[in-house]
Amino acid sequence: MAKVPVQFTLNGSEKAEFIDSGTTLLNALRDKIGDTSPKGGCHQGTCGACSVIIDGELRLSCLTLAETCNGAAITTTSGLSEGGVLHPVQRAFLDTFATQCGFCTPGTIMAAKVLLDHTPNPSRDEVVEALSGNICRCTGYESIIQAVLLAARANSQNAA
Amino acid sequence: MELRKNYFADMRKDDLHEIGQPRPRSDSPGHVTGKTAFFADRNFPGMLHLKMVRSPHHHARIRSIDTSEAEKHPGVVKVLTARDVPHNVYTILILIQIGPEDETVLADGKVRWKGEAVVAVLAETERAAQEAAAKVKVDYEVLPAVFDMEEALKPGAPLVNEYHGQNYYLYDSGECRKVRFGDVEAGFAGADCVLEQSYQSSPIEHAPTETTGCVVAPEGNDRFTCYTNTQAMFFTLDNASIILQMPGNKLHFVGGTVGGGFGGKVDVIVEPIAILGAKLTGRPVSFIYSREEEMQISSPRAAEKVVIKDGVMKDGRIVARKVTGYTDAGAYSRHSPYGAQKGAGHYPGPYTIPNVWIDTYCVYTNRTPSSAMRGFGVTIGDFALEVQMDKLARLIGMDPLEFRFINAYRDGDMKAHRQPTEGAALIECMQEASRAANWPVAEKYMAMSSYAKGA
Amino acid sequence: MALALQTFATVKDANVALKAQGTCYFGGGTLVVRAANEGDISVSGLIRSTDPALSAIEVTGGKVRIGASVTMAAIARHPDLGTLARAARAVGGPAIRNMATVGGNLFAPAPYGDFAVALLALGATVSTDDGETPIETFLANRDGSRAIVTSVGFTVPKAGDFRFLKVSRVKPKGISVLSIAAMLEQAGDGTVSSARIALGCMADRPIRAKAAEKALLGRRLDQDGIAPALAAAGEGTSPITDPIASAWYRAEVLPVHLRRLLLS
Repeated sequence: MAKVPVQFTLNGSEKAEFIDSGTTLLNALRDKIGDTSPKGGCHQGTCGACSVIIDGELRLSCLTLAETCNGAAITTTSGLSEGGVLHPVQRAFLDTFATQCGFCTPGTIMAAKVLLDHTPNPSRDEVVEALSGNICRCTGYESIIQAVLLAARANSQNAA
Repeated sequence: MELRKNYFADMRKDDLHEIGQPRPRSDSPGHVTGKTAFFADRNFPGMLHLKMVRSPHHHARIRSIDTSEAEKHPGVVKVLTARDVPHNVYTILILIQIGPEDETVLADGKVRWKGEAVVAVLAETERAAQEAAAKVKVDYEVLPAVFDMEEALKPGAPLVNEYHGQNYYLYDSGECRKVRFGDVEAGFAGADCVLEQSYQSSPIEHAPTETTGCVVAPEGNDRFTCYTNTQAMFFTLDNASIILQMPGNKLHFVGGTVGGGFGGKVDVIVEPIAILGAKLTGRPVSFIYSREEEMQISSPRAAEKVVIKDGVMKDGRIVARKVTGYTDAGAYSRHSPYGAQKGAGHYPGPYTIPNVWIDTYCVYTNRTPSSAMRGFGVTIGDFALEVQMDKLARLIGMDPLEFRFINAYRDGDMKAHRQPTEGAALIECMQEASRAANWPVAEKYMAMSSYAKGA
Repeated sequence: MALALQTFATVKDANVALKAQGTCYFGGGTLVVRAANEGDISVSGLIRSTDPALSAIEVTGGKVRIGASVTMAAIARHPDLGTLARAARAVGGPAIRNMATVGGNLFAPAPYGDFAVALLALGATVSTDDGETPIETFLANRDGSRAIVTSVGFTVPKAGDFRFLKVSRVKPKGISVLSIAAMLEQAGDGTVSSARIALGCMADRPIRAKAAEKALLGRRLDQDGIAPALAAAGEGTSPITDPIASAWYRAEVLPVHLRRLLLS
């Protein structure tokens, strides 16, 4: 099998691997690099559990080939907290009970983070739209929507 | 959240310090940081991937299976068929003495539903396993299939499952679970109105975000660790022990983290074959359902049909209720004989009715085997019963909530299966619902109590 | 054969590579990687081109040319393509829109391919190295198409002339029950002078509702005026049946949603 080199930054640290050509970013992150925070729920681009941020944009790692990410900056949920301090979105998910089984949570947090990066004070409709590619079978979504709105409020208070 | 402490205040000590208080979930910090370890987050060097060759037919005899091309495919390490499985015919409820064993781990001579597992392929990569699976040749003789429960129960219908010998589960009570209480025909004869309606539902898939699967690692010494997302840990361990003819102490199951289950991960499907693969190859094995398999292969909630006949008086009393329930088990029992039995226990509903007749059937068809899902045997029945209650109220021109107050069971009432009612709270729930929904009922109903009769 | 990706700087070289058996063009990955993940072993070679022209949007004198690798998200945020933003945003969730391309959408089987429905109503042309093809012809022959799509071109519609509607059961968005796009020009007296209506999910690929288009000509966009078009909406359709909806259901609700779109 043809091995190809890939090199990118993951949560700020340099990663370089030889992988099989055609390997998805999801499998490269989970099986080669050992970051299992993105989850494989459907491998079809439907559930959003594998969502990661690539160069500031939300992407589905299950449909992205790792070798197309050379030179990219990739962020996953495992890299969000700094020095043991949770990111405001992570904190808000705890406070509003926005997790149940937890399987969709890392992907949903990625979608929430990228929304707040671009739109610090989103409306409820904007939150719903931003989360529309992430399926949660447990919560019924309301607690997740509340978490994102809470994180936005926390951000704006910190900024003030 | 608001705790209404005025209900049943004299029945408990008012020292609730935890109930009604938000408390952090112990698992949430792991979830939000991505550190929670789901079964698929375990990765082992040299891990093999298992892909299943599945039946394309609803019902067929297997004339022959040829795995020779698949075995030669690059990357393939092992190909498993029925004869590799030590105890191939099993049924999960055998642990509580509910038989007969009626399902094959890998099909042997026959397939009874479209999607049934026939051959397991273990390979170095998922792709190699998929390519090899496509090279397995199975010669089928297609048989007539039956998909409708009433058709399946007719004489001359295709026999779905030879281990039963007929298309229904044979209980110790006969062809169905039965409840007989009072004289239901006399009840109908004396009723002001009689209403018979039938209700039916389709199978429902749980669609958990994490698909069913397991990862198995040999520990050496013939011991195997199985990381699984089963909701039924010890059930799975014990059944795996039977299927593999291995003592339980050789099997180490690690679970507890389930990425959505809703009852859909209680069947013992992936673990035994993955452990067998690990045993025969000496390598770690991963068997994870694709999304399509999760939707098409995993057990759904059973399709049900419920026929309810009620006799009701104009003053609101239900005097007779006859229910015939049908649970579509699909091709194999799994948990359905229990689900149909639960229905028999549940069907009078939370109402006190003097004359009750219940029959519930567990029926076999050539559909995907059904199993547990959130109140299986009860949820669809409740839908039918409560729609029926609304129809009855309309029939006699009564408010539907007041109609339920009249018939609600209360402490001391004898239930149809001869268990006296204890700890009822339906009256109080409806009183609170009446307030919360702003659906007022007459004062006498608001003064009722579940345990103080005569009020 | 394991899956492998080959990258070429030019479309020309990529087209040559695509002549090999078992190859498929790789755009945003939302169709071909999905198929591979789901066990489609018919493709072993993925071919892509990084030619910058494929990612360009050019708007000149009311004409637009969108490179085949342009994503739905890029269209949705382009200042000159505001009339199309609704159709671009109808595709997937935010992550899919950052990946799914215009070129890929032309090949998406129903119930996907909502943006191609919009392009069909716009009367777009589809370009390859072999030249330009009207989108209707392109869609009809897409199963045998091997040449890499390089761009789509069309005249930017005047505000108000172009309408788009996607119907799904999940809010705010889900997979299509159906989608409808309409390009309608009206004369000074309010009567329809030209109409092009495209339907999604009413066949295995986007199709025109030609009988409805014809029935709209010379009519006003009011209840009475559109009645003949609604009656003819289903002509020539063969809706798909899938887990989202049955063919029967799609046929039943098509006139309802067409009415809403025409009266909106």
